[in-house]
Amino acid sequence: MPRITIDKEKCKGCLLCVSVCPKGAIKAGTKMNKRGITFVEFKKGGNCLGCAMCAVICPDCCIEVYK
Amino acid sequence: MKKIFSRPESLKNVTTHYCAGCGHGLAHRLIAEVIDELNIREKVIAVAPVGCAVVAYDYWNFDCTEAAHGRALAVGTAIKRVRPDNIVFTYQGDGDLAAIGTNETIHAANRGENITAIFINNAIYGMTGGQMAPTTLLGQKTATTPKGRDVRFQGYPLNISLLLGTLPAVKYVERVSLHNPQEILKSKRAIKQAFQNQIDNIGFSLVEILSPCPTYWEMSSEKAMSWIRDTMTKEFPLRRIK
Ligand SMILES: Cc1ncc(C[n+]2csc(CCOP(=O)(O)OP(=O)(O)O)c2C)c(N)n1
Repeated sequence: MPRITIDKEKCKGCLLCVSVCPKGAIKAGTKMNKRGITFVEFKKGGNCLGCAMCAVICPDCCIEVYK
Repeated sequence: MKKIFSRPESLKNVTTHYCAGCGHGLAHRLIAEVIDELNIREKVIAVAPVGCAVVAYDYWNFDCTEAAHGRALAVGTAIKRVRPDNIVFTYQGDGDLAAIGTNETIHAANRGENITAIFINNAIYGMTGGQMAPTTLLGQKTATTPKGRDVRFQGYPLNISLLLGTLPAVKYVERVSLHNPQEILKSKRAIKQAFQNQIDNIGFSLVEILSPCPTYWEMSSEKAMSWIRDTMTKEFPLRRIK
């Protein structure tokens, strides 16, 4: 199953990844990073396609994609 | 399982100072990917602007210098002339390239300098607090046009790419956008073309990138992307201009 990793310390919570994921596999998180930003989370069992659209649109290069 | 997407080598592993959803980070990454793919990291020299991207040299993992506001293409000209084997590019906002630097921009283009200009059009002055830029749309509210840009007082948005396209020494001008993953990949192709032109000694190339500024457009990041798609591209259509 393809998956992504999110660098939570670099995430600024812009949610662009959430807006483009065709499977809704990323969600606005609930936890804060050291900078006080609520970072996004990859949903467990989120049916990721490995399309990398989230990584392509991430302005902060926080996402790595494995397929 | 293979890693199919990760940070390019030409982009330092640091957190940028940009606001959430800002297009500068995206444009920085696309340039870094292109430089990795063309294998020119050891040859490239960037000229950073004055504007939000003023410290781009802290984010790129290759040689960079910094120009006074608007003068990036004059500085780029000098560097390319004394070091013709290096690949020189400028990275400039609309205030930098199309307001205070209009003079340097037009003359560097008209001389046909063999350099690459990356022009970030976010229709606003970001760094100084959201004032009107030459590319601000009619009706667009900014700190200095609180009722919206009015053609009677501020004139029309300046289509600098179209102007530059009329110059015989300009070889390549394309307008692209960052508003969705497909357009981001097209932007990358245009950036690559502009660098390839310099490698092939073709002459002056410019890529205009429509880029979101959620903070001073006072929108969510997602809304800013749809504003580019629905509104900004009406004034600045995406196409190869030359
Ligand atoms: C000679 C000079 N005049 C004015 C300024 C103030 N100033 C700094 S950045 C800027 C405009 C930046 O806008 P833009 O080029 O669109 O870049 P952005 O910040 O939106 O990325 C201005 C007017 C300055 N630094 N130097």
